[in-house]
Amino acid sequence: METSIKTVEAPDGYEGSGFFATSFDKVIGLARSHSLWPLPFATSCCGIEFMAAMGSHYDFARFGSERPSFSPRQADLLMVMGTIAKKMAPIVKQVYLQMAEPRWVIAMGACASSGGIFDTYSVLQGIDRIIPVDVYIPGCPPRPEQVIDGLIQIREMAASESLRRRNSPEYEALLASYKIQ
Amino acid sequence: MTNQEVAEELVKKFENDVFDFEEPYGLLTLSVSREQIIPVLEYLKNSPAFQIDFLTDITGVHYPDYLDREFCVVYHAHSFVHNFRVRLKVFLSLNDIHVPTASGIYMSANWMERETYDFFGIIFDGHPNLQRILNMDEMDYHPMRKEYPLEDGTRNDKIDALFGR
Amino acid sequence: MSETAIAPASSANGSLVKDQVQYVNELTTLNLGPTHPATHGIFQNILTMDGEKIIAAEQTVGYIHRAFEKIAERRPLYQITTLTDRMNYCSSPINNFGWMMTVEKLLGVEVPKRAQYIRVIMMELARIADHLVCNGILGVDTGAFTGFLYLFEEREHIYEIYEEMCGARLTTNMGRIGGMERDLSKEAQRKLEAFLKRFPPVMREFEKLFNRNRIFMDRTVGVGGIAAERALNYGFTGPNLRAAGVDYDVRVMNPYSSYQDFEFDIPIGKDGDTYDRFIVRNEEIWQSVRIIEQALKNLPEGAYYADAPEYYLPPKVDVYTKMEALIYHFKIVMGEIDAPVGEIYHAVEGGNGELGFYLISDGGRAPYRVHFRRPCFIYYQAFPEMSVGTTISDAIVTLSSMNVIAGELDA
Repeated sequence: METSIKTVEAPDGYEGSGFFATSFDKVIGLARSHSLWPLPFATSCCGIEFMAAMGSHYDFARFGSERPSFSPRQADLLMVMGTIAKKMAPIVKQVYLQMAEPRWVIAMGACASSGGIFDTYSVLQGIDRIIPVDVYIPGCPPRPEQVIDGLIQIREMAASESLRRRNSPEYEALLASYKIQ
Repeated sequence: MTNQEVAEELVKKFENDVFDFEEPYGLLTLSVSREQIIPVLEYLKNSPAFQIDFLTDITGVHYPDYLDREFCVVYHAHSFVHNFRVRLKVFLSLNDIHVPTASGIYMSANWMERETYDFFGIIFDGHPNLQRILNMDEMDYHPMRKEYPLEDGTRNDKIDALFGR
Repeated sequence: MSETAIAPASSANGSLVKDQVQYVNELTTLNLGPTHPATHGIFQNILTMDGEKIIAAEQTVGYIHRAFEKIAERRPLYQITTLTDRMNYCSSPINNFGWMMTVEKLLGVEVPKRAQYIRVIMMELARIADHLVCNGILGVDTGAFTGFLYLFEEREHIYEIYEEMCGARLTTNMGRIGGMERDLSKEAQRKLEAFLKRFPPVMREFEKLFNRNRIFMDRTVGVGGIAAERALNYGFTGPNLRAAGVDYDVRVMNPYSSYQDFEFDIPIGKDGDTYDRFIVRNEEIWQSVRIIEQALKNLPEGAYYADAPEYYLPPKVDVYTKMEALIYHFKIVMGEIDAPVGEIYHAVEGGNGELGFYLISDGGRAPYRVHFRRPCFIYYQAFPEMSVGTTISDAIVTLSSMNVIAGELDA
């Protein structure tokens, strides 16, 4: 049937009648990258730009992030949007610890990436001081197109990640450097 | 209702406890002694002629160079009926940094005084819950005082060595 | 009531006697926040609940305290505009122009009429944008997601107009000391007229979806009310106070930036409950549309910035060709121009109420002390009083309708 809707292409594999053989990490990567459920951790102005990205003009849901989950147990992607004060830092860490593997973190905006314009006694100078971050989106606030670009980079990371990564010693060392078990 | 009328009424009622009358940019500003600040606020609120019954703001200022008058608590009040604003100041010394609370008269003073305490360390006697509100509870200094720095001390990309100092 | 019944004792003749049954009441402590899907920002409420009813509420704020007042002591007056952007970030132009007017009053700079009218247009657009967010999210909190989608599409059109005026969508940093940084261009005017044509039908459709909606009214009528006397004592201003019945609007009481030239009404409510706040905000959106139409129709010709070369950067053409312009440019950028000594308080009608700026200048380039009188901080204290005795779902809707924006709460 002729349709203008672009469906996902199948990964490389061996096809026959009634079966399709490929490797696990390609299929699992395909499934994960097309259904990343974000946890919008919106604290300030970047949260409003995320709401604009979720709206109908710059639809975020077409990338598979249809269900923003506010429960960490059911979310894949922690999007920290906005300034994180030192008072809020333990809460970010707790939310990150409650997420189940595999989990990715986006630091959206200048404040989450590095403290932004607020070099003050009360602002944490970047969330990468407490949790490991996968993608940084610069901007103050970043345009929704930039947010979508960051999401696409996470999707590429999710699609190409090896299944053993979360158990590998390098990953454990990374978590240990943040004092996370 | 002009600045002059209100000023004269206040001097008539409170004599030496109100002083330093000024009018910067048209707003009547006066200093009040610490003991009489609550009676003055009550008088302005209950007086049928003035009806200055809306507390707009309470804040503090730190003047480290004025000996014995280092801290200043500034009250802004507003009368809707007469469209009249007034600013009251109470000067406090560093050694005796207490002032009575206005939260008995105005419910809005509760958090405004907590914020002033958090930033400057000014103690409001009689406040129901004088604790830090915006900063972390573990913080042991009052950050808006002039002697404390603005920046986060743990940054290592704005150190003097990088700027050739 | 959550009760645990302990085994009833039987009386002497063997029948179960009700008054010998002992009931034990248990109170739960629920932590609403700081990260919560239904709050507009991060602030915490620790609720003590008896089943679903709230007995007590205790608040913790400061989770996004960014020390604006301390930063402002280090920045020259024109750089503090970027800080004011981020206070009530849903309506940044109002904060920007409020600060600009405070500084202009201090410096004694007179802004020309055309710039004042353009400022009014931008501020009213910001007010519309702020109320669109609040009402859309109130709809989402009662379960209706469609209104949010319709209104956010309109916000995109407002963002496009902001982009024509200043280049940014959300944190606009609009306005310079003495006027605007660029004139209302033909493209901006065209976009404004297109907005004024396409927005009213969308707003009417939103109102048709919500105003007489049975479920919405059941959720919001009689919920979270506050009497006018209590509201005044708590320092309420803005739509929350107007919903309680007091018609205090800074634009009418202390007009600034030519608001006295425009004709608009102040909508007020009766009970101060959530439904009244929703309707008052809707009506304020209509009044803002009216003001923008009047301002566009009567836009005067003239300069869009004041003739104040010590404070307003001269045009680049002059900087490269004339000597005085070059010197003024150097002095402004390198900070050789001092402000006069004085203290000033100026208030504007923000999206949430009276937004005040108290500026003490000691003659240097940066102010000595800046204090922002933030309406959200002052009226959020009343939330326990408005929600004790109601159920938790009512408390969520009350919190949502108060429009507490965390950036303004903590500053």
